[in-house]
Amino acid sequence: MSEQVPILQVKGLTKKYGEKIVLNGIDLQVEKGKVIAILGPSGCGKSTFLRCLNGLEEVQGGDILLDNESLINKSTKWREVRQRIGMVFQSYDLFPNLTVMENILLSPLKVQKRNHSEVEAQALELLERVGLADRANDYPRQLSGGQKQRIAIVRALCINPEIMLFDEVTASLDPEMVREVLDVIAQLADQGMTMLIVTHEMNFAKLVADEVIFMDKGNIHEQAPAEQFFTNPQTERAQQFLNILQF
Amino acid sequence: MTFDWQYIVDALPHYKTALWLTVKLATIGIILAIIVGMVCSIIQYFKVKVLSQIVQVYLEVARNTPLLIQLFFLYYGLPKIGITLSGELCGIIGLTFLGGSYMAEAFRAGMEAVTKSQIETGKAIGLSNLQLMRYVIIPQAFSYSVPGFGANCIFLLKETSVFSGIAILELTNTTKNLMGIFYKTNEALLMLVIGYLIILLPLTLFLTWLERRVRHAEFGN
Amino acid sequence: MLNSGISVLFEGVNMQRLLLGLLVTLRVALIAVVISIVMGILIGIIRTSKNKLVQIPFRLYLELFRIIPILVWLFVIYYVIPANFDLNLSAEVVALIVFSLWGTAEMSDIVRGSIISLPKHQAESSKALGLSVAQMYRYVLIPQATKRSIPPMINLITRMIKTTALLTMIGVVEVIKVGQQIIEVNNLDHPTISFWIYGFVFLLYFVICFPLSRFSRRLERKWAT
Repeated sequence: MSEQVPILQVKGLTKKYGEKIVLNGIDLQVEKGKVIAILGPSGCGKSTFLRCLNGLEEVQGGDILLDNESLINKSTKWREVRQRIGMVFQSYDLFPNLTVMENILLSPLKVQKRNHSEVEAQALELLERVGLADRANDYPRQLSGGQKQRIAIVRALCINPEIMLFDEVTASLDPEMVREVLDVIAQLADQGMTMLIVTHEMNFAKLVADEVIFMDKGNIHEQAPAEQFFTNPQTERAQQFLNILQF
Repeated sequence: MTFDWQYIVDALPHYKTALWLTVKLATIGIILAIIVGMVCSIIQYFKVKVLSQIVQVYLEVARNTPLLIQLFFLYYGLPKIGITLSGELCGIIGLTFLGGSYMAEAFRAGMEAVTKSQIETGKAIGLSNLQLMRYVIIPQAFSYSVPGFGANCIFLLKETSVFSGIAILELTNTTKNLMGIFYKTNEALLMLVIGYLIILLPLTLFLTWLERRVRHAEFGN
Repeated sequence: MLNSGISVLFEGVNMQRLLLGLLVTLRVALIAVVISIVMGILIGIIRTSKNKLVQIPFRLYLELFRIIPILVWLFVIYYVIPANFDLNLSAEVVALIVFSLWGTAEMSDIVRGSIISLPKHQAESSKALGLSVAQMYRYVLIPQATKRSIPPMINLITRMIKTTALLTMIGVVEVIKVGQQIIEVNNLDHPTISFWIYGFVFLLYFVICFPLSRFSRRLERKWAT
């Protein structure tokens, strides 16, 4: 398995805001089915890194390869790439003008032009799996934060992406709702979804991630299997970071 | 101050006709103004080359000149260079011209109120710019714009009084004519004020209700 | 043909007359604006009171001017007062009355709005520091409220200037009326004259109002918090 070409390769990725360097030459290989947790103090560039992978930020240098094809050139059709790389945000952002079901079906029907009944069946199945099948016809305002975030995950999954990016998806949730969202992500890991997860939930990262990368000031300081990272971090910075979190 | 009530009863049919015409012209003008306003603000939102500069000039001209002069120019000025329009058509064009710029402002504010993260989420699920507009930005911007649209509706309805300058027989002009014929000043002006109250009071109340309802329906607060 | 009309603009004293007419327009606007600002600030501060007996009458006054078109107000004052009270007011005085009443109502709402939108803790912490009510207004509330109210005030002034176009409808001899007089005299010889006169008046209003609204937008952006 590990001999095959990684599904996602990042080479020397550099991002600047004016003079300020946010990402300072990031290198990363992601093999299919792997779950990677991205940790680091706030402002370390981890969210920006995810946003670059989905074309939401312009990059100033380096390359991103999806299935060995470069995404950093003018002819890249990000709309198509985004159907292969799904992303869920901290602010969940369900569209308030659409029902839960309409939110989920929007992209599969309008962007991918798939068959209505087929997609709806898939959506219902996914909703079932996250325990929200009965909320299909509700509007987002009727849901709690945790429910909205689970719907946002379903919405991204229904596009059938090959990779999922999670950007601090539990950061704005009340503590009692964090669990229900993390359970959904853990389920996905079990099913072999390739995922990059930016999170502050250390226990969760330890549990679900195959590999951890630790970022600070735009650099990857440490990259290690999850177990090893948490029990025996190699760099001083990572040790400090874990100590502060009393891990 | 005395009132001749019999005169008021006799003049009622004139006022009914005038009120109806006022409402009709205002409704057409307002609907067209909303369309013009939305198109203009979408052009500016996408910063369409050339077009958005033209829109900018239009907005400035329409917002910084009085409706009465716009109407005089259309009604008395244009025929002299070979373009003759009926009074009512001038009124509708004038109201649309003026109102379009106000509606554009309201809708622009509505579009700016749609959060960046909503737009990014739309992009992240693969929507094209046009799909993003149609399914995310426009519906939400519309809800945000309801208070602005409402205030403009009231403003434009009142502006129809200016139509009296170009011989349209709406409420104000009808009153002026009747005063000229019968000299029943108090009665005619009382009817005029009541006429506007009949239109504007319910509209004001309706818009207040609508504002509250839309905000609740869309954003739940 | 078109040229013959535009030449009338520059013939004899026509241009001078138009600009004098514009002065009449601006005189009414300016006096009404000054009165409105002074009275508006006063009434605006009074309207921040929580006393219903104070709030309701002023609110009613504001709504009357919001619901009834200004042109109707002009007609009402212009025709009703001489007909019932044996008092002859010139059209210009009528215009001044209506514009001042309207401007005051709107100004007071701007002032009131900018005061009550100040964060509550600003007033509370002034009190906690032992400032008197007068000192609280002088040093804390008024300086902050000023920044919030100036851009909408300039917008209102622009609106008042635009609305002066209505003065012609009650017979004030201002720029439009002068224009109409010039048209009447020259219409036979120069049929396109009305196109040029109305176009010129259109331009005059734009030249006055455009810089004002630009200025208010710039302030708004500068002071945006």
